[in-house]
Amino acid sequence: MYHSKITIILRKSILDPQGKAVELGIHSLGYTGVANVRIGKCVEMDIDANQRDEAEKISREISDKLLANPIMEDFSISLEEHKGL
Amino acid sequence: MMEKIKFGVIVFPGSNCDHDAHYASGQLAGQDSRLIWHKEHSLGDVDVVIVPGGFSYGDYLRCGAIARFSPIMKDVVRFAGKGGIVIGICNGFQILTEAGLLPGVLLRNESLLFVCRNVSIRTENISTRFTGTCQKGEVLNVPIAHGDGNYFAEADTIRKLEENGQVVFRYCDENGRVTKESNPNGSVNNIAGIVNEEGNILGMMPHPERASDALLGLTDGKKIFESIIHSFVSSAQQFAAV
Repeated sequence: MYHSKITIILRKSILDPQGKAVELGIHSLGYTGVANVRIGKCVEMDIDANQRDEAEKISREISDKLLANPIMEDFSISLEEHKGL
Repeated sequence: MMEKIKFGVIVFPGSNCDHDAHYASGQLAGQDSRLIWHKEHSLGDVDVVIVPGGFSYGDYLRCGAIARFSPIMKDVVRFAGKGGIVIGICNGFQILTEAGLLPGVLLRNESLLFVCRNVSIRTENISTRFTGTCQKGEVLNVPIAHGDGNYFAEADTIRKLEENGQVVFRYCDENGRVTKESNPNGSVNNIAGIVNEEGNILGMMPHPERASDALLGLTDGKKIFESIIHSFVSSAQQFAAV
């Protein structure tokens, strides 16, 4: 069993007004050295797979087909083996 | 006398313009219109499919991302593939892009605000099945109501859309001038509505069905329904002439 964490974020070429608004907030807090704030989504799931490769493949397929829209988003996958299940 | 055109309006959980579309295409346009629950597997014998506005599946994940997996969408894709007339309005437009029936995507409005007001849109292409009764450059007054209507596609795709005349409507001011100020959501080139290359699928963010009944103030949206109906009449006449 693997725990998969998929991060979906707007592609660099796409303006992220939400990130910009939060960046303004961060600057208002006094952290003026912070830039390029981007906002995305994080989706977690448990995958019944014996091999890391298999869990990776499933995560990638789900992301390609549903979780991310390739026109506007990129995704990255991080996997952890699930113990005690 | 010509047979009535059969409109089918898809109803997803969270659709909220389905009854308006049903009323505009049925009672107001004088045609046959029926509601089709998203769990159905067949559209039946409809001539036109309307994918209505609303918040299908609560806009979870991305607008329209889940709705495209509803059972009925398989038949909508099949119907569209063989040239059937499909119109996606607002959330319906988002669903059609997610289903791959139209290019591009609808991003969050540049202002981050949900925009709900009447806007002017300019008719850019009158040789589509959706705009045949409009004048070239005609300015239509129709409402918008969306948070994610910021049309985006890769530069190559935009170039193709423009070259092929697939941009059907553009946000403009009341005199038909396409300006930055008249763009309510940040859409590339002020795009408000597009058709696919074959011209049988229209996606638009403004709501023609909410601008069809004089009692509610605006009637320009009616032209889109009339154009669709007219396109069937003229193709029937062509057929009869052969």
